[in-house]
Amino acid sequence: MTWILDHLDDIGYYTLQHAWLAALPLLLGLLLATPLGWAARRYRGLYTPVVAGTGLLYTIPSLALFILMPLILGTQILDPVNVVVAMTIYTVALLTRTVADGLGAVPDSVIASATAMGLGPVRRLFTVELPLAVPVIAAGLRVAAVSNVSIVSVAALIGVPQLGSLFTDGFYRDFLDPIVAGLVACVVLALLFDLVIVVLARLLTPWLRTGGAP
Amino acid sequence: MNDVLKWLTDGAHWRGGEGIPLRLGEHLLYSGLALLVAAVLAVPLGLWVGHTGRGRYLAVNVSGGLRAVPSLGLLFAAIMLLGPRLSGEAGVFIPSELVLVVLAVPPILAGAYAGVEQVDAAARDAARGMGMRGWQVLWQVEVPNAMPLVISGLRSAALQVVATATLAATVGLGGLGRFLIDGLSVRDYAQMAGGAVLVAALALLVDLLGATLQRLVVSPGVTGQTGRSTARTRRGGRLRLALRS
Repeated sequence: MTWILDHLDDIGYYTLQHAWLAALPLLLGLLLATPLGWAARRYRGLYTPVVAGTGLLYTIPSLALFILMPLILGTQILDPVNVVVAMTIYTVALLTRTVADGLGAVPDSVIASATAMGLGPVRRLFTVELPLAVPVIAAGLRVAAVSNVSIVSVAALIGVPQLGSLFTDGFYRDFLDPIVAGLVACVVLALLFDLVIVVLARLLTPWLRTGGAP
Repeated sequence: MNDVLKWLTDGAHWRGGEGIPLRLGEHLLYSGLALLVAAVLAVPLGLWVGHTGRGRYLAVNVSGGLRAVPSLGLLFAAIMLLGPRLSGEAGVFIPSELVLVVLAVPPILAGAYAGVEQVDAAARDAARGMGMRGWQVLWQVEVPNAMPLVISGLRSAALQVVATATLAATVGLGGLGRFLIDGLSVRDYAQMAGGAVLVAALALLVDLLGATLQRLVVSPGVTGQTGRSTARTRRGGRLRLALRS
């Protein structure tokens, strides 16, 4: 326990590193998955190849993907960019299907009304379809956030510092305190991400709180 | 890239006590055993939770909460806590297997209870109305309808186990992870990337196998033509309604 109090600085630094290594890919992944998911919904023939294709990327175990990144990107093995790109790939893999299904769940009658009101396809997408898909997309984002926070810790094995470094540090010194601290910090960080997404989704969907139908 | 290919095609890496076939066998053994134990525990429990609705709150939260726990930390903690109490090989093998089982249970449990839970209440009522007892409803109506989600839970669990078994090489277990971890420690990129290619290929194969299994065991009444055409009719109906109003 005293170890934790003596090393609050390190734990804080690792937590910040961990937070951005998990959060940045979440944003990049959402930005990439939105057009992909939209295309998969818009062009019916694309749905299966796009959703199945991105889904396959998620099957690749994290350590293997981290190690293969330099081969694809031409980076050094210790470069944090490897982790960011790999985590972005996982996020896209999880979110493409979510975005496609979320857009697909918008009632046809709503789309017909929006069209009848004179909204073009682009305005309809940004002002009607995407806002209505927010609850589904947020649910997918919560899964991706928790998964990202957990997977990033594996990057300690390729020498990228974050909370996972507490695991390797503790294990090689045969000392449990850092491992416990790392586990707790990871879970707290995952809960924090979850909370932020829930709050953002609530703010983006004010009509769901007034009791009126969307 | 060439070095990685050279490493993968070098005959010497495909033979002997540290060769690729043996490591692959170890990997399959660790993963298969953990998946089997987890399935035996979690499938009946999940079906029971879905069927009775009892313990649902607990099942949801345990399976959700465990997802946030990083597997690497869990693995190290298990080895340090249990390892010293066990002798020799078992000190690594048993804690690692235990962690693999713990990580495989949540997705299987979630798949099984969600599968039973999403069964159409009308189908369940109809079965009861036909005079089926609880067991018959479960076995003849709920389980076949739950199959797609049960199998998809097993598939996520299998991927989780194959990935975590790779990490177990850090604590001294065998398996394909050895190439990645040994390559990292001596900075032999060809070896670690070659191992990574093998691990990725194994994971893809396992998922493909799961997809095939899903096609074989799921009743055509659940996924087949009938289901699809009703969905289409329903959507068509809604559209017609929208156009009329």
